[in-house]
Amino acid sequence: MWGKLNRILERLVAPFRALFHTIFRGHYRLERYSLGLAFAIIIAGGIGGAVEIAPLFTIDETVEEAPDMRLYTPLEQVGRDIYIREGCYTCHSQMIRTLRDEVDRWGPYSRAVESQYDHPMLWGSKRTGPDLARVGGKYSDAWHVAHLYYPRDVVAESVMPAYRWLARRNADLDDLSARLETLRTVGVPYTDAQIENAVSDALAQVNPDGARAGGLIERYGEATNIRNFDGQPGNPTEMDAIVAYLQILGKLVDVETLDTESGQQE
Amino acid sequence: MSVKERDPLTGHQTTGHEWNGITELNTRVPRAIWWFIGITHVWALIMWLLLPAWPLITTYTKGLLGIDQTQLVAAEVEAGDRYRAHWVARFDAESLDEIRADETLMEIVRGAAPALWGDNCAVCHATGGTGGPGFPNLVDAAWIWGGSDEAVLETLRVGINSQHPETRFGQMLAFGETGILSRDEVRTVASYVQSLSGLADPPAEVVEPGAALFAENCTSCHGESGEGMTELGAPNLTDDAWIYGGESATLFETIHDGRQGWMPAWEGRLTGAERKMLALYVLDILPEGE
Repeated sequence: MWGKLNRILERLVAPFRALFHTIFRGHYRLERYSLGLAFAIIIAGGIGGAVEIAPLFTIDETVEEAPDMRLYTPLEQVGRDIYIREGCYTCHSQMIRTLRDEVDRWGPYSRAVESQYDHPMLWGSKRTGPDLARVGGKYSDAWHVAHLYYPRDVVAESVMPAYRWLARRNADLDDLSARLETLRTVGVPYTDAQIENAVSDALAQVNPDGARAGGLIERYGEATNIRNFDGQPGNPTEMDAIVAYLQILGKLVDVETLDTESGQQE
Repeated sequence: MSVKERDPLTGHQTTGHEWNGITELNTRVPRAIWWFIGITHVWALIMWLLLPAWPLITTYTKGLLGIDQTQLVAAEVEAGDRYRAHWVARFDAESLDEIRADETLMEIVRGAAPALWGDNCAVCHATGGTGGPGFPNLVDAAWIWGGSDEAVLETLRVGINSQHPETRFGQMLAFGETGILSRDEVRTVASYVQSLSGLADPPAEVVEPGAALFAENCTSCHGESGEGMTELGAPNLTDDAWIYGGESATLFETIHDGRQGWMPAWEGRLTGAERKMLALYVLDILPEGE
């Protein structure tokens, strides 16, 4: 049986024999020169990269249009940096996949445009905890604070670590304007006013009755969450920042309107 | 370079390298590997044709099968909805009492509600519905916004102090923070409130001014006797149910700094049938486990 199959294989490749021999002989020779081999590997990998990766910068039909997409406020951006610093993404994904059970549990699957301003994106693939792509508004601020402070106070069976220090540390706002400026360099459309007022806007977001709240709404929209997220008076803590960030997840784009506009099916 | 040299024992070529008379065999790649490489290449060619595969400059090859995951999942969700349609329609149409009377529908609640509860409600109200500090116990007799079918369904729909336009709104004023009461007065009224439910038995010189302060500041929401008003979401202070706690320090904090709980609105996130299931789970099934 094997003999017969081998004969079939040989007959199938017969027309390409000369080509194979040239390639194999060339390769056999190349293998003897380590530098030459390394160089050839780089060229082969480079071709793969050029074919697979380069077109992603020019293909835009895979990303939906969302002209009204909200930007992260400065405080939410600080929260996002804390989310990255504490490694939340190593246990929580932010990507609801196109699978029925995930759509049933967490809501509409994640669209590409929803993370167009995420640098870096935090889709993740490890789910020790639940997906967080649409956690914004699902639970109360007080719950998030209690849960981050000591998860087992509210969810007895949780294995999540406690993040108590977030409630004690003030959010680092020093270089906030520069951070937004950097994000603008990589394509997030922050305006000059947003960059200039970054620190003021971060302070305003935890003080709904303050004088600066109006400016924040003007720059980031009516739907901006302006609350004292951690319930503590004074300047924003890291807890304020990360809860502000968690409460905006999935809220930057209205997925329902997105689908009718781009003519896709829900 | 003597590449062509053959090993006399195996008949294989050697690599041509030699170390003190030891040479290295250049064994042929086994046929099975060639088969593997051949088959996977053919497989790749077929898949390139059938599935979305090759990036072009502004678009990509869509594949002969025209498969699009977003449409696949939409079809799957639709199929799931069809599968449930016969009872979802009944949940939509019937009142909670009518559903209670039908054991087959209640079996569905028993099957589906624990998963809904676990993912959406249990994080605050606990798996058994017993709540915790700041998150009300739903299996005791006390209801802040009312425990009737309609009240529970409405709370589930619009939430409390939520972002829903029709949200229930309730707020315990910060009597100390805003300067309405001095710290001493807050302490006095806290002791009086403790006496209402028998938590403490303060002397008459505390009870009397406490009662006066209570009548002046608290009765408009909590009622003359402190039994609360469900239409305002003002809790009953005479029972032994506490959202934040009945200890002196907690009561001081509550009266001094105020409270404003937040129950998310579930309209939009959960369907009407799902909210009815959760109402039945809270009102009928969870208390059974008590």
